[in-house]
Amino acid sequence: MTDNWYMLTLIGEDKPGIVAAVTKGLFDLGLNLGETSMLRLGGNFTIMMMVSGVLGEEALRGHLQPIVESQGMCLHVDPIRAHLHEHVLPNIQVTVTGADRAGIVAQVTAALAAAGFNILDLESDVAGTTHKPVYILQIAGISELPVERIEATLDPLRADGVDVNVTAIETYIG
Amino acid sequence: MAILDILTLPDAALKQVSEPVTEFDQALRAFIDDLEETRRNGPAAVGIAAPQVGHFRRIVIVDCSTTRKPVPNHGYLVLVNPEITHWEGYEPGREGCLSVPDYTGNVIRATRIHLVAKDPDGNALEFDMEGYEARAVQHEIDHLDGLLFVDRVVSRRTDLFKRKVYQKGGKPAS
Repeated sequence: MTDNWYMLTLIGEDKPGIVAAVTKGLFDLGLNLGETSMLRLGGNFTIMMMVSGVLGEEALRGHLQPIVESQGMCLHVDPIRAHLHEHVLPNIQVTVTGADRAGIVAQVTAALAAAGFNILDLESDVAGTTHKPVYILQIAGISELPVERIEATLDPLRADGVDVNVTAIETYIG
Repeated sequence: MAILDILTLPDAALKQVSEPVTEFDQALRAFIDDLEETRRNGPAAVGIAAPQVGHFRRIVIVDCSTTRKPVPNHGYLVLVNPEITHWEGYEPGREGCLSVPDYTGNVIRATRIHLVAKDPDGNALEFDMEGYEARAVQHEIDHLDGLLFVDRVVSRRTDLFKRKVYQKGGKPAS
């Protein structure tokens, strides 16, 4: 029987033991983990994980719900088409820092999208202090344009007081 | 010449510390020829270390002359018994490995190094290296010490906060 792939999304207040409880539950159900992202965001623990197995969607949801609830978390299940071993290497990294204000991410990503830049990975955070927050954005992706052209695309943001740094990623293989 | 089999995770032999080369003879040069042919056969391999093919001697090859965007480099190098005698600065960069297929990650390496080594005939070599080439040599010497880049991978998020803390002290530690 062919395995089904699901993307599970779990969110709840952070506390010790969430990952252990959830992954044990998945293991007991005969499910396998694929690629995952597990991260604390603003006091919440967030999990996105690819899982595969023979369970149907309703059975999966039914079995997992009590485990997830015991951890005080919410569960969302999406059947997906997925494959492992299909990593794509980024060739450009964009780092943006600036005084926190509305619209930085939208402006940066709109400029990148217009340049045909494909975002593979984006992490953003608010550093600084409550009174003087600083927004930090790190993006890795793929572009056929040279660094200089991407820099030029983001130039208008610089004029707006945002620091933008575009660098080529030369992955070392050895 | 021959293409040698590359050890891949989770082969425990990759954790073995390699011994210095003591005989600079024809057998050594023949092995280096095979190691180079194996490197060239690897997908996009810039460097290779002898223990990756199960030969636990302190021999590495790097060639940073073929990057998409040229970087400071000393061309094709065979380094026997290489030793880093000085480190300076640090920066994250993306690495992958012939011994860890289908995975890349960010690793913090020294940005400038001073290196002493021998050539295949036993003659002394000495280099000042920077950036990508310094990264290459550090990655390969790690293999000689039984370390893989996955032992050193950091998340971009972790790296961000580490740098923030380091900068409080002024000049980064070398």
